Amino acid sequence: MSTVLRIILQRLALGLLTLVIVSIVIFAAVNSLPGDFAQAILGQAATPEAVAAIRTQIGLDDPPVTRYMLWLYGAVQGDLGISFAQANFTTFTGSSNNVTVADQIAPRFANTMFLAGVTAAIAVPLAVTLGILAALYRNSVFDRAANIFTLSSISSPEFFVAYVLILFLAVLNPILPSLSNIYADMAMGARLKATLLPALTLTLVVTAHMMRMTRAAIINLLASPYIEMARLKGISPLRVILRHALPNALAPIINVIALNLAYLITGVVVVEVVFVYPGIGQLFVDSVKIRDIPVVQACCLIFAAAYILLNLTADILSILSNPRLRHPK
Amino acid sequence: MKQISRRGLLRTGMAAGVLAATGVPTLAQSRGGTLRLGLAGANTSDSWDGRTHSDTYMIVCAMGAVFDCLTEIAANGELVGELAESWEATADAKTWIFNLRQGVTFHNGAAFTADDVIASLNLHVAEGSQSAAAPIVAAITEMTKLGDYQVQFVLEAGNADFPFLLSDYHLLMYPHGSIEEAIANGIGTGLYRNVSFDPGVRTVLQRVDGHYKDGQAGWFDSIEVIAINDGSARMTALMTGQVDAVNNVVFQTEPLMRANPAIEVMDVTGNQHYSFPMLTNLSPLDNVNVRQALKYAVDRQELVDKVLQGHGAVANDHPIGPANQYYFAELEQNSYDPDRAKAMLQAAGLDGLNIDLSVSDAAFAGAVDAGLLYQAKAADCGININVVQEAADGYWSNVWLKKPWCASYWSGRVTEDWMFTLGYQTGAAWNDTNWENERFQSLLLEARAELDSAKRREMYYEMQMLCSQEGGVVIPMYANFVTANSTKLSHPETVGNVYDLDSNRIAERWWMA
Repeated sequence: MSTVLRIILQRLALGLLTLVIVSIVIFAAVNSLPGDFAQAILGQAATPEAVAAIRTQIGLDDPPVTRYMLWLYGAVQGDLGISFAQANFTTFTGSSNNVTVADQIAPRFANTMFLAGVTAAIAVPLAVTLGILAALYRNSVFDRAANIFTLSSISSPEFFVAYVLILFLAVLNPILPSLSNIYADMAMGARLKATLLPALTLTLVVTAHMMRMTRAAIINLLASPYIEMARLKGISPLRVILRHALPNALAPIINVIALNLAYLITGVVVVEVVFVYPGIGQLFVDSVKIRDIPVVQACCLIFAAAYILLNLTADILSILSNPRLRHPK
Repeated sequence: MKQISRRGLLRTGMAAGVLAATGVPTLAQSRGGTLRLGLAGANTSDSWDGRTHSDTYMIVCAMGAVFDCLTEIAANGELVGELAESWEATADAKTWIFNLRQGVTFHNGAAFTADDVIASLNLHVAEGSQSAAAPIVAAITEMTKLGDYQVQFVLEAGNADFPFLLSDYHLLMYPHGSIEEAIANGIGTGLYRNVSFDPGVRTVLQRVDGHYKDGQAGWFDSIEVIAINDGSARMTALMTGQVDAVNNVVFQTEPLMRANPAIEVMDVTGNQHYSFPMLTNLSPLDNVNVRQALKYAVDRQELVDKVLQGHGAVANDHPIGPANQYYFAELEQNSYDPDRAKAMLQAAGLDGLNIDLSVSDAAFAGAVDAGLLYQAKAADCGININVVQEAADGYWSNVWLKKPWCASYWSGRVTEDWMFTLGYQTGAAWNDTNWENERFQSLLLEARAELDSAKRREMYYEMQMLCSQEGGVVIPMYANFVTANSTKLSHPETVGNVYDLDSNRIAERWWMA
């Protein structure tokens, strides 16, 4: 087990390094976009004096390297700073308020996690079941239909899938609301109902990948001699797959599930905008629009961290599920 | 959520149509229901501070529901009192006395008095405040409390429009002494109190019991305002009945809405206009004949039809619109006329003209298309317009006021003086033409202090004419406010046209059918 622990620590350290590099890349990218916060927020009212005043107030006058270092200095102490919009607002009104980036992101992140949770609860069992059934009845009509359906839904852009679902489930048959504006004190039932359409959209987007991987991994194993042996013993095909093939196919399946779970956190931007779901993706879009670097940075760090951690989890789980990897030579 | 069948909606919609046709008044307002609005223009940095308001979402919530101003522009354009009951001015329009409404209380129980007026207005000129309404308050040299319900304002120069200016949506009344708290929690004197406010996401408001507007306004029990910045999502929310009204209708889906009997599309022409300002201090735009040639080289109706898809009206190269008091509707219309354009070029001593027009959709939606249409029509007038597509980011900082000729827009102002002062007075920060005309500038000052309505009308008519004939801006069109609402809502026959959604007062003035 100590090797696993060492791997975890090693990967976490590498993950931290990745986060720093990601933050540098994002910082550079947002800075190289035309226009800055002052110009974006002032719009037509952007007289040179007003732009200069806002830049001075929120520290946009400092050279980029200095600003990045200041941000990094705060970030390593767990202080992600105050968004430009809030900082500008504070000087604007002459009042003090303490809404930090963390305060802004926390409720949005919770909403995104809720959506990811609901989606995972639908998508993972669905994809694995479909994958197993497709392997079981491979090359049958069912296998082909499942393949065509999931592949075409993953091949369509997310917003298109979203609009198709809205058309069928909200406009033509008003079963579900097209607006997913969940809020803090909403009852669980209503919350689930409001979240269902974006969750279904995401389900359609992530299912194909997981299902195909499950199917492929199992079919791969079905040619092995021990499966042949099991069959010769006269075990039913379903039992062969569940008892003998699946445990050995788990590693690649877990990997792909973890990757897709990460996608549920980082890839929700478009879906959240289409359904007006108040998650982190929508906040991200709003912040990029006004070049609010502290919020953009924080969102990107969360996205990157989600990927790194879920990948790490996937690796650990596949190591644990595969004794050969647990004892590297 | 209450489910309503489409059949049921159709029936009530048809019933309303029959009643309207037979002339039976359908305006029987009744209390009750929840108004659910899906609005664009929301931000995560939104707050109850009127000084920061600039878009529909917060104006509907604040000026339109939770807070009141001293005066209000009624749907027919007339100025009426809101928290002020009456006002009078000295003959030079320099000193104004406002009598305040008595017995009004804030949502926290505090009584509304003259102290609140003075404290609320002073917010705009406080140290560090960047309020867009600061120039209005800065023009007040002295504010005196004459009694608990009477305030005297002394202005630095006479301004006949002063009571109009006090209806501005930035100039909200807060309870003095607890302004910070009022800004944090949304405590005003309006018809609705703040129940929950999640910036950039959702606002819930509840009707106040016993309000001075009882019987005249405030028919809903509660208001839910949902931030929907995405156009398609907003339209779908209305189509699926999740909200009762939306602003900024997406033109592509508008025919679908018109075809739906349960939805009413509202097209209101106000003062909002799209423009092509020229820097008149630069050659060849310093020549009035060249400017006129350009005004005759644009097919305005084509722009209204193709760029606004019919949701607008032809404008006449001056910034005063149908929502203004002294709009000169009979002024001779500048229209597309290649022969006149060529004659104007000849008068300027030119055979033809090569000119750059800087455009970007940041100026207004469809500005690039408008530039190309302009180019095609101007070619027949001997004018070669080179349409330069600029980056949308930083457009207002790098192109507007900098490039000799570009695309721009103005939301318009409720008074002629305000509009001209902001964008046309010599030396104004937003003067986007640098147009110098002595007569125009002296009329501007003269009209401002004139209390006689007939004389003002004459002066503003002349200013609109000067601007249209000699001015430095091509204003081809007024852009309508296009909103849509469910026929479950009823509204007065006359709907305000200063801003969208009944001048942003939908929560006060509309009711459930």
